[in-house]
Amino acid sequence: MVDFLITTVGLPSWLAWTAAAGLAAFLILNLIAGGALVFIWAERKIAARIQDRLGPTRTGGRFGWLQSLADGIKLLAKEDLMPDGADPLLFRIAPYVSFCASFCAFIALPFAFDFVGLRLNVAVFFVIAVLGLEVFGVILAGYASASKWSLFGAMREAAQVVSYEVPLGMCVVVPVMLAGSMDLVTIGEKQAGWFTNWFIFHDPFTFVIFWVYVTCAVASVNRAPFDLAEAESELVAGFHTEYSGLRWSFFFMAEYGSMFLVSVLAAVLFLGGWNGPIPLATLAGLSEGTGDTAGYFVRLLGMANLLGKATLGVLIMMWIRWTLPRLRIDQVMTTCLKYCTPIAAAMFAGAMLWQLALPGGLVAGLSPPTAGVREGWLQEPADAPAAAVVEPAADVAAAGGSR
Amino acid sequence: MSGFLLQPCFAGLLNEPVSIAHYLVVGAILFVSGVACMAMKRNALGVLMGIELVLNGANVNFVAFASPWLQGDGARSLGLDGQVIALFVILLAAAEAAVALAITLNFYNNHATVDIDRADDLKG
Amino acid sequence: MMPFAAVVVCSLPAAVVVAAINWHTLLFFLFAALACGFAVAVAAADNVVRMALYLIMSLGATAGLFFLAGAEFVGAMQLMIYVGGTLVLLVFGVMLTAQSPFVSLRSSTGDKVLAGVAAVALLAVLLQAAFSIESWRRPASGVVEQPAATPLGMALVGLRVDEPPSGAPDDAVRSGYLLPFEIVSVHLLVVLVGAAYLARAKRRKTPRPIEVVASVEPPASVAEHAAIGREPGRRGSSVLTGGGA
Repeated sequence: MVDFLITTVGLPSWLAWTAAAGLAAFLILNLIAGGALVFIWAERKIAARIQDRLGPTRTGGRFGWLQSLADGIKLLAKEDLMPDGADPLLFRIAPYVSFCASFCAFIALPFAFDFVGLRLNVAVFFVIAVLGLEVFGVILAGYASASKWSLFGAMREAAQVVSYEVPLGMCVVVPVMLAGSMDLVTIGEKQAGWFTNWFIFHDPFTFVIFWVYVTCAVASVNRAPFDLAEAESELVAGFHTEYSGLRWSFFFMAEYGSMFLVSVLAAVLFLGGWNGPIPLATLAGLSEGTGDTAGYFVRLLGMANLLGKATLGVLIMMWIRWTLPRLRIDQVMTTCLKYCTPIAAAMFAGAMLWQLALPGGLVAGLSPPTAGVREGWLQEPADAPAAAVVEPAADVAAAGGSR
Repeated sequence: MSGFLLQPCFAGLLNEPVSIAHYLVVGAILFVSGVACMAMKRNALGVLMGIELVLNGANVNFVAFASPWLQGDGARSLGLDGQVIALFVILLAAAEAAVALAITLNFYNNHATVDIDRADDLKG
Repeated sequence: MMPFAAVVVCSLPAAVVVAAINWHTLLFFLFAALACGFAVAVAAADNVVRMALYLIMSLGATAGLFFLAGAEFVGAMQLMIYVGGTLVLLVFGVMLTAQSPFVSLRSSTGDKVLAGVAAVALLAVLLQAAFSIESWRRPASGVVEQPAATPLGMALVGLRVDEPPSGAPDDAVRSGYLLPFEIVSVHLLVVLVGAAYLARAKRRKTPRPIEVVASVEPPASVAEHAAIGREPGRRGSSVLTGGGA
């Protein structure tokens, strides 16, 4: 992108970099905000249908398409309240901290083969690390509101998010181990081909780990049944009780942004990323790596695939929310420490042993993945450093080639 | 030594690549802020925050020395050793913060205060 | 003199813009300013919760500096463990002890002056040392050319795949970091077990001093209760211990 701006359009280097970064940030911001708009409408409709009613039907036609927009305008026009005993700086800054953490993690997420904000070598690590920073916004909001309910809700939510980071990290390590790289683009590439190449179908341990990941991800973004931080019957609204108007909508955007983020992460890690179930582009002879229009079209198709899978994930999260009852805090902690963590650890060990025994996966060959298999490193003898030196150089060249 | 104050050449401040000296200055400021924090604060958790700043200042130094792209003579950088030291410092700082917080919580439960000036039971 | 200074100042931005800005340097100065500014704010602030916020920002900016220096694994670890783990723990501790008298504990001016003098002296020594060695002032490209996460990961498993420094003999034994890795893992386990034991809730026959404090002088009226958070001198009860009511 930057090269295009410098060579074709003729911009000076610093302007080209600024424009490219600005465009990426603009696109991601629009994705989060537009996505939140759509998801809020979808949530109200799905909730309504599950509860045997209709939901928004008046604003903007029969299906209430413009309901989210109307809500947004209403929130913009609300009075900006701040409680009397609140710490002004912390109260004001808390929504932005939460939103920034959610937004920053999108930097490293790939949406198609070359559609990534920044191709990091440690992308998975970075996304999980930044996801854990969202808890600060929650704690600050709870404390700064100078209200008992806010503080209780914030503490519960912080404890929950921090506890669930442990099994979440273990679940995320399994696809990293299968692909041999923390680079999300590489993980997506390794699942190219038919849907049997997707990591979720690689071995039964990874299949179970996917469902543990779903549980931990839902708990991590504080969605029901893990949403006791916002339990209306007990805590009014938890940490965002005292927030109204635009500040509250930032928290909401952060929540929907995080939901979308963990769904995209699940899609890239387990469900094949931007590769569809049937490799139409490969069958048609096109490749996504080329620079011409056909390659661009293939990448767009891949992005549509990924967005579809992520939206499906978000809709399933909404479905779970309106179906299952809420858990108590002790049940939440029990699920994390007594169920999710041991199961994740056991499945991780199982997946590792399966890799050693059957490196090709369960269905080794409707079509083999396009990139090479990395677990050969585990079987390299320890006294062959010369051979080992070659491997990282080749991989580094591959990783650094598309910068 | 008199020239070192004029070294950051103001004309080309944004044009030249950064060297190790820049990182060392940042590390020094972090370290000194941490020391001031440890010396000044009466809140036990404030002292703990000073300790974290001190460790971070040292980490910045280690990472700067570990980078072969910041040094004119890149082959003399610490390489992986520097990064691994920084990694272990982070891990050990986390462990030490956990213990320090446990001690502070115990002190708070027993004395109803986190003011370290009140921790004088053993004073002769 | 004044017109000369004005011309120099006005032509500086133009000169900087015309010459290509080194983005790496610009980002370094941005992150360095954030890290140093927030670190000084930590030392200068009085409210312990604001100090925690400034510390979070400072350590986050330091992680950015790590990324710029080519240590992206260490940078991600800093974000995950330091900011996302240690500081969350610290903020929990701050919340648990943030009763109104303890949120803003001020030290005496004499203490502050002494600490300031010592800090400035130390800073002078460190800066002089930083600029004293010639080779530290000569930059290379300054831009990261190769990711270091893979060699680091391999080294932690025990296999050194990075290039040895020039000048070392060819058959020098370069060990991996597997043993320190195992030691620090066991160390973390021991420390966490110890800390959990140390901070456990103990059952006592007599109430703890903090419970005694929380149970005396309940607020007499709603107005008084509402005034607890506002007056720093009031010995009110903590929100977390049930409000004393």
